[in-house]
Amino acid sequence: MSSSCNNYEGGIEMKEQKVIAISGDEAVAYAAKQCKPDVVAAYPITPQTIIVERFSEYVANGEVDSEFICVESEHSALSACIGASLAGARVFTATSSQGLALMHEMLYIASGLRCPIVMAIVNRALSAPINIHGDHSDIMGSRDSGWIDIFCENSQEAYDFTIQAFKLSEDHDILLPVSVNLDGFILSHAVEDIKALPDEYVSKFLPERIPYYTLDAEKPITIGALALPDYYFEIKRQQDEAYKKVLNKFKEITKDFSKFSGRKYDVIDAFQIDDAKIALIGMGSTIGTAKYIVKQLRKKGKKYGVIGIRMYRPFPIKEIVRALENVKALAILDRALSPGAISAPLGLDIKALLYEYNIKIPVINFVYGLGGRDMSPKDIVTIFNRTERIAKRKIIPHGYEYIGVRE
Amino acid sequence: MSIKSLKELPKEELFASGHRMCAGCGPAICVRQTLIAAGRPVIMVSATGCVEVSTTIYPYTSWKIPWIHIAFENAAAVASGIEAALKKLSKDGKAKKCDIIAFAGDGGTFDIGLQALSGAIERGHDFLYICYDNEAYMNTGIQRSGATPHGAETTTSPAGSVIPGKKEYKKRLTDIIIAHDPAYAATASIAYWKDYMNKVIKGLNANGPAFIHVFAPCPRGWRFPSNQTINIARLAVETRYFPLYEYENGKYTLSLDIPKPKPIEEFIKPQRRFRHLLEPKNRNVLEELKMDIERNWERIKKLCTL
Repeated sequence: MSSSCNNYEGGIEMKEQKVIAISGDEAVAYAAKQCKPDVVAAYPITPQTIIVERFSEYVANGEVDSEFICVESEHSALSACIGASLAGARVFTATSSQGLALMHEMLYIASGLRCPIVMAIVNRALSAPINIHGDHSDIMGSRDSGWIDIFCENSQEAYDFTIQAFKLSEDHDILLPVSVNLDGFILSHAVEDIKALPDEYVSKFLPERIPYYTLDAEKPITIGALALPDYYFEIKRQQDEAYKKVLNKFKEITKDFSKFSGRKYDVIDAFQIDDAKIALIGMGSTIGTAKYIVKQLRKKGKKYGVIGIRMYRPFPIKEIVRALENVKALAILDRALSPGAISAPLGLDIKALLYEYNIKIPVINFVYGLGGRDMSPKDIVTIFNRTERIAKRKIIPHGYEYIGVRE
Repeated sequence: MSIKSLKELPKEELFASGHRMCAGCGPAICVRQTLIAAGRPVIMVSATGCVEVSTTIYPYTSWKIPWIHIAFENAAAVASGIEAALKKLSKDGKAKKCDIIAFAGDGGTFDIGLQALSGAIERGHDFLYICYDNEAYMNTGIQRSGATPHGAETTTSPAGSVIPGKKEYKKRLTDIIIAHDPAYAATASIAYWKDYMNKVIKGLNANGPAFIHVFAPCPRGWRFPSNQTINIARLAVETRYFPLYEYENGKYTLSLDIPKPKPIEEFIKPQRRFRHLLEPKNRNVLEELKMDIERNWERIKKLCTL
């Protein structure tokens, strides 16, 4: 359970929020429905399928007035979303794993054409071997496509971030697509209690989209022109500049959202970090398990803390640096590989950050949970023990280690 | 509503001159004819290809209509999204409905874009898809496509000492589309401008997905003088190489009967891509091409009597 969920100051009367027992996928579909997208174009893939199924039920029952396009592939799903977004529509889609890989080419076009689109990505392993369970290999392959990537720890965050993602994506200073990531099966299929806002509060928080430009026959514009070496670089730079505004905009949006929900979020979830000597940093559902372990071990006097990364791209550099102020050793948890690289993806990010900010602490990068392998509380304890050992010996192990794999 | 003479055509051109297509470019003529017939308001979705790269070199554009390019293989999928968006937004009074044309070459239609096109037609989106056919990938330098005819030379089906040009036959694309039972489908040639323009109008007025396969020669790729584009486009029809027909309400109709076809040699002689077929050692390839043309013509004629 996220600590942030217990923070209700300034929110609307809690009795107005509906407590629903719901899976992560259903939470996303429910949030998307409340955001009233004009167009949803999607293709089913496990473990995302429930999102598409629930949404099509909402449409079939007239609970939402969206144009639902059941496309013939994920490539066409995102293509249709880009077309609809540029025509001025509020757009939503969802995918996973191979589906995201099939969208790969379109991911770059969506961000390059500055299309507001919200996509739920139910993170899953990539073939081969084929595997339908959760890890972060899919999103890591799409990491550099210019999307804003948000990670959820639980279904409540999946619900809350889906709503906030639309506001962020459609903001005229941003105009970038957003992915809301949730761990396959661990979150997508597990049923949890979530607190849902009444429809009218979602509409108040997220009024209808005002497009910056559209395909208007009366004011014709050319979209997707050919930009050769004389212009391409400047256009990509502008895109990067917009990216730099995302973190602050997200903070504004979450502040606004907390007025409705009472739930406060920051770009990172710094749990028990102020006096922590040993910390763990990671993303997704494992952060919940790690926080549970830290609570247990703190009772035994262990000064442990957890940093959960909610916003992965753009990377919350300053927030992480601040959180690491008193930390003496750090474990970095990766649920994906970057074969042949010196570390796994998050490991590379954090090691670069430490170098840039001249932070000289021992770090150890762990790769865990590939293809849905369970990350047990015992594994988290092992990680903390191992990190404490390297803190004492002040040596930095090279590369990365596996946790929970057979030798 | 149909166009009967040149005088009836609107004066306003929606495709600006000064684009960077080649002299005598068939697809450029095709774009001009398309937009004159379509008029406003219309949105065009272009697939990657010669037309796209030569008309929108940033910061210039040749398009006086809302125009969008996304990728090579997904013009139909993008058009689906735009159509759905306008349907919803116009219902809410936030946008106006307008005609949507997806415009793609043979590579983007016969090959890489076929899946997206099939999906869009199956879902019944109300848009007109126009495939301008210049029978190879011209944008990347004349490589064979599923539309390249048997025996033709391209840079990936070269006429070598062992293999004399493309071994395979041209895909019967329009029939694949008709198998989806669209609201309207037709073939056309830029040499028969009136026929083509009226088909564009019919396609746009059709209630549902419409498809036009239009023959648009490429002087560069086919290696003929740039002042011969329209002649070649006409000879393709007169030799029965490219039959003109329509499909509406489950019925095929021949647009132009060719009772006495000109010899195919008249069509292939001015084109260097077929030069090797006139050599005695490749007589069999030319015969195979002729047989294919006749078999296709007979097939279409039969369909048109059903």
